Amino acid sequence: MCLAVPGKVLDIEERDGTRMATVDFGGVVKEVCLEYVPDLKVGEYAIVHVGFALQRLDEESARHTLALFEELGLLQEEFGDPWEAAAAPEGGDGAGGTPPAVRNDGSREVSR
Amino acid sequence: MKYLEEFQNPELARRLLDEIRATVTRPWALMEVCGGQTHTIIRHGIDQLLPDQVELIHGPGCPVCVTPLEVIDKALEIAARPDVIFCSFGDMLRVPGSDRDLFQVRGHGGDVRVVYSPLDALKIAQQNPHREVVFFGIGFETTAPPNAMTVHQARKLGIPNFSMLVSHVRVPPAIEAIMTSPSCRVQAFLAAGHVCSVMGMGEYPELADRFQVPIVVTGFEPLDILEGIRRTVRQLERGEHTVDNAYPRAVRSEGNPAAQAMLADVFEVTDRAWRGIGTIPASGWRLSERYRDFDAEYRFSVDGITTREPAACRSGEVLQGLIKPHECEAFGTTCTPRSPLGATMVSSEGACAAYYLYRRLGTTPTPQEASPVA
Repeated sequence: MCLAVPGKVLDIEERDGTRMATVDFGGVVKEVCLEYVPDLKVGEYAIVHVGFALQRLDEESARHTLALFEELGLLQEEFGDPWEAAAAPEGGDGAGGTPPAVRNDGSREVSR
Repeated sequence: MKYLEEFQNPELARRLLDEIRATVTRPWALMEVCGGQTHTIIRHGIDQLLPDQVELIHGPGCPVCVTPLEVIDKALEIAARPDVIFCSFGDMLRVPGSDRDLFQVRGHGGDVRVVYSPLDALKIAQQNPHREVVFFGIGFETTAPPNAMTVHQARKLGIPNFSMLVSHVRVPPAIEAIMTSPSCRVQAFLAAGHVCSVMGMGEYPELADRFQVPIVVTGFEPLDILEGIRRTVRQLERGEHTVDNAYPRAVRSEGNPAAQAMLADVFEVTDRAWRGIGTIPASGWRLSERYRDFDAEYRFSVDGITTREPAACRSGEVLQGLIKPHECEAFGTTCTPRSPLGATMVSSEGACAAYYLYRRLGTTPTPQEASPVA
């Protein structure tokens, strides 16, 4: 949970007096608060942690990092089903197979 | 050198390694502070690619691992209450308390929910005005600003049934504690990149100067880490001890001022116990007086908890870099990710979990063993 993940801003709107964005993390789409990087624009990338943009990032760096995190299974850890992971035999520790895939179980944001 | 082919740019990695080899003349011990960096290092076998003189020591930079047992037990007690919806990040589910974890609390009827963002917990509070909604607010300087903003929003929007169990920790006091320990072997730090994205680099020059240690802000990709090591070793060999930014694409020297302002408004610095390490002065944050109404510790009576730390767990020594995970007698036998004795085995950023996942069992692994089992 300490790692922040790069994402691309798809659209921006004000909600309850707060600047919010829809952000794409290599296929998983989440709502993200922009209050800490208020000048972020649609099409730009940012480092996002637990639903908050923390710093702007260039596109090439963002793409590299996203590819690495996907390879390491960190995107599954961040966006996959944590109950499934916690219940799995040996808890996704490598002995029981690859981490559970990201899935759209209805309780999550739209996956693209 | 087979693992090098796994790098995104093997040629650049080879050049960085060659330069490190050409620079180093004697043994150096470097600590990577962040658990995410530990996983990259072990996954890509970076520690085994380096010349023998360069030793990487794994630091305490995993928030799940260092959250004290007493706080975990408080969380479990609050989560078990029938009037409470307890919200947490997913990686806390299997962190062992004295006699259970959040996963088991849910199994016994507790309303435990996993959220992606603390704002999701606030939304749940708005949707459930007749229940108490408690968010488990742990983490380093990267996680603290989102949690601070959430408490700020709760007050602004007047959401009375939301509170936060806060156990945030700060990196600079941990560096100070490591350097003042009599058993300290650390000669330089690879600082955690995303912590610095928020806090900038202003807290580090005093530490670098006082302890004569180079501090190099480092990212998480394999090449980032090699570049951080290259710069660190160069400073050590030259007898320098400055703060250097090897992750400029995500770290500005001033950090994120808006996030820092929110931290200063919502939180105040406090002494904080670190699991396995003990209390470090001024190493944490708690909610400041103006936000006390949103503090779950005040809202719920959870004092007087008696904790039981498993005697066999040596995670404190792992977190301080005194032993490697596989040097613990319980590693991989009585302690596995499925039944962990300590948080370093269960957390996705824990050093023990990294060694277990990538099969670092104390023997020299084959390239296949250094890769995750598919």
